[in-house]
Amino acid sequence: MRTALLLLLALAVAAVPGSLVPQRSADPNGVSQYFDNNPEIAPILDAVQAFDVYSSAWFSAIYLLLFVSLIGCILPRTKHHLVALRARPPRTPAKLRRMPSYQTAATTHTPERAVAAATTVLRRSGYRVTSYRIGDALSVSAERGYLRETGNLLFHASLVGILIAVGLGAGFGFTGQRVVVEGQSFVNSLASYDSFSPGRFFDVGRLDRYSMTLNAFTVDYEQQNLNSLGTPIDYTADVTVTDTNGDPAVNARVKVNEPLRAASTDVYLLGNGYAPRITVRAPDGTVVFSDDVPFLPQDANLTSLGVVKVPDGLAEQLGLVGFFYPTQDQLTTGAYMSVYPDLTYPVLTLNAYTGDLGIDDGAPKSVYALDTSGLAQLTGGTTGVDSLELKPGETAALPGGLGTVTLDTVKRFASFEVHSDPAQGWALVFSILVVLGLLLSLLIPRRRMWVKAIPTSTGTTLEYAGLARGDDPRLNHAVDALHTAHLAALEKEHQ
Amino acid sequence: MTWSLDSLSLLLLYSAMSVYTLAFLTFAVDLSRRRAPHPIEQTVATVAIPSATGIPGTGFGGRPTVSSPLEPQQVARGRASRVALALLTLGWLLHLGSTVLRGWDAGRLPWANMYEFSLTGTLIIVAVYLVLLMFTDVRYLGTLVSGLMLVLLGIAAVRYYVPVAPLQPALQSYWLVIHVFVALVATGFFAVAAAISGTQLLRSGKLARTKSAARAFAGLPTPDRLETAAYRLNLVGFILWTFTLIAGAIWAERAWGRYWGWDTKEVWTFIVWVLYAGYIHARATRGWNGTRSAWLGLIGFSAVLFNFGIVNVFFTGLHSYSGL
Repeated sequence: MRTALLLLLALAVAAVPGSLVPQRSADPNGVSQYFDNNPEIAPILDAVQAFDVYSSAWFSAIYLLLFVSLIGCILPRTKHHLVALRARPPRTPAKLRRMPSYQTAATTHTPERAVAAATTVLRRSGYRVTSYRIGDALSVSAERGYLRETGNLLFHASLVGILIAVGLGAGFGFTGQRVVVEGQSFVNSLASYDSFSPGRFFDVGRLDRYSMTLNAFTVDYEQQNLNSLGTPIDYTADVTVTDTNGDPAVNARVKVNEPLRAASTDVYLLGNGYAPRITVRAPDGTVVFSDDVPFLPQDANLTSLGVVKVPDGLAEQLGLVGFFYPTQDQLTTGAYMSVYPDLTYPVLTLNAYTGDLGIDDGAPKSVYALDTSGLAQLTGGTTGVDSLELKPGETAALPGGLGTVTLDTVKRFASFEVHSDPAQGWALVFSILVVLGLLLSLLIPRRRMWVKAIPTSTGTTLEYAGLARGDDPRLNHAVDALHTAHLAALEKEHQ
Repeated sequence: MTWSLDSLSLLLLYSAMSVYTLAFLTFAVDLSRRRAPHPIEQTVATVAIPSATGIPGTGFGGRPTVSSPLEPQQVARGRASRVALALLTLGWLLHLGSTVLRGWDAGRLPWANMYEFSLTGTLIIVAVYLVLLMFTDVRYLGTLVSGLMLVLLGIAAVRYYVPVAPLQPALQSYWLVIHVFVALVATGFFAVAAAISGTQLLRSGKLARTKSAARAFAGLPTPDRLETAAYRLNLVGFILWTFTLIAGAIWAERAWGRYWGWDTKEVWTFIVWVLYAGYIHARATRGWNGTRSAWLGLIGFSAVLFNFGIVNVFFTGLHSYSGL
């Protein structure tokens, strides 16, 4: 017990740092930000695995020790319990009056009859009963509440079960993210994910082939309550799922809190934003770029940041960085902002850069970021040329006759998370068993009861006693009840 | 006219707080008048509190005993605690009214942001206490419970208040009803148990060994009985907390795509669970009952308060629903 207690307290303390410092598993951006903000401390913290607390050597050591001590406790106790389940209740103690709950009574019945009646009463209330004779005295020894220990063992064994299920799930499952613009599809294959984190034992062959098309993405905004005007109150993604077995396509809906169970994976709606369709033309009118470009939301009113890279087709490589404002307004400083998340007055502003975009050397680069350090800025900032400003349908010319940029339409995108955890069901089963075991072990009283009948010159003296294992607020009450019921049974026999 | 319901709710809340204040004072009077059935030597009081010099009592020593100590004090004590209980019940009804109106105004259950959590959470703490009173005489806890109410509701009204807002999509789930409600009820049990553990520490600490305090504490149950009472309440709290944890994991799986991700709130819920698991083991560990067990219970409850008051507001994570 002392070991378990100390390990539990150690586990509680060890879990704290993970909530104070961003964790790679839950908040990877937070970690890189922490490195930027605290360049001195961060490497030290990293060396002690403070950014991966829950998979760190020291945290694992504590919980593994805890589970070792747990198993070391469960096994002998199970054996002991199995023996107890088949054993007779123990011999009646010689001095019942030393028990925590004790009462006496007298009766004119013979000890034999008193003991027989006690056996019936105790059996009826669920006790396992046996009788003993000590000298002249006859006695009944009874025990109940074996389920308390069963529950206790179930609880602890199920904790081990949860640990195994969590481990297996993490090892064989995967998580992937993908941004899908309205009208686009994605196929459940490794290549089509934006990011993908497989478990240690994940096998690519296990990916079920299906494709999912985002037909429409609708958002409802609060319109009535002035305090929270524009708060999103519903997101709905209408999708069509086609599997490759030739089954007909299925229309489905994905909402927050309502994931789509597709094949062996679960698809969750995690985020959304706008994807303006931007077309870049060369001076002769040739389209050199045309795509729905997802812009990443920066605030609650969906002021969004996006990047366009045009490597070929123009005189120079072109990079565009800009903001999209679904409902544009101007601060007194002149800066733009979005004041409402829906598309009521959409405006796109872009700054153009030319030069080597740095994507020809083969190293992968983020599509959401543009390194402008080696580029020549054409608009905005200190160039003296106004940024390009477009409303849907408008076209603007790039400086220097480089070409034109058009904002065609604005669609929405949704970001989905696809997740597979083959052991998830087991974790749930064991969790339910944990609760069940806990209820049994804490709420079922384990009691021993004794009734002793000692012959006297005038009849029989009766002794009642009870002993509880663990905390038992109702022990005295139970002995009282036994006393009353026993005397009533004897009385009945009399009539 | 949605705003008027909410302002009525606030008005009821401030009324409830005023009544709780009166209950707090009356409970304190009751506590200060508690005596052992047979007063310890008359001299103790006069030695302990030199009232003639006008030095105020410590709050535990009480006043110098009047000529006939037993009779009038027993009456007064009975009256004070009855009045205090009536005030607490009245305060609770106003508090209930405030919470119901808030929920009515919002058109949903009143526990979707910090302000509403606090409102409902404190309501449940008092409810647990009032229900407990039906089974056993725990009037001695009244001061601590109503005092805690004042502090928590004060913080809620001043720091956490936000106008009614619609439910964001992540919270639109029946798990909000189950997970959060069970967590609130668990908190109610932990809170009352913590009040008992606090009393236990006062009762068994150094303070209780001073003569004047010993007299004042004589009206309270023995530390053993307090420990048992706290243990039983914490046990119920622990079962409910286990359920909260599992319900939260099921909901997390539906809303975020994983049942456990070491989000800050998940971490602290886990810490609370582990601390109370430790507390339960302590009861069966030699050398860890008595004062140590009471401290563990209080540490557990501090973690509960931290999880609610600090983690929700100052830590970044997925549970950022404080509305602040």
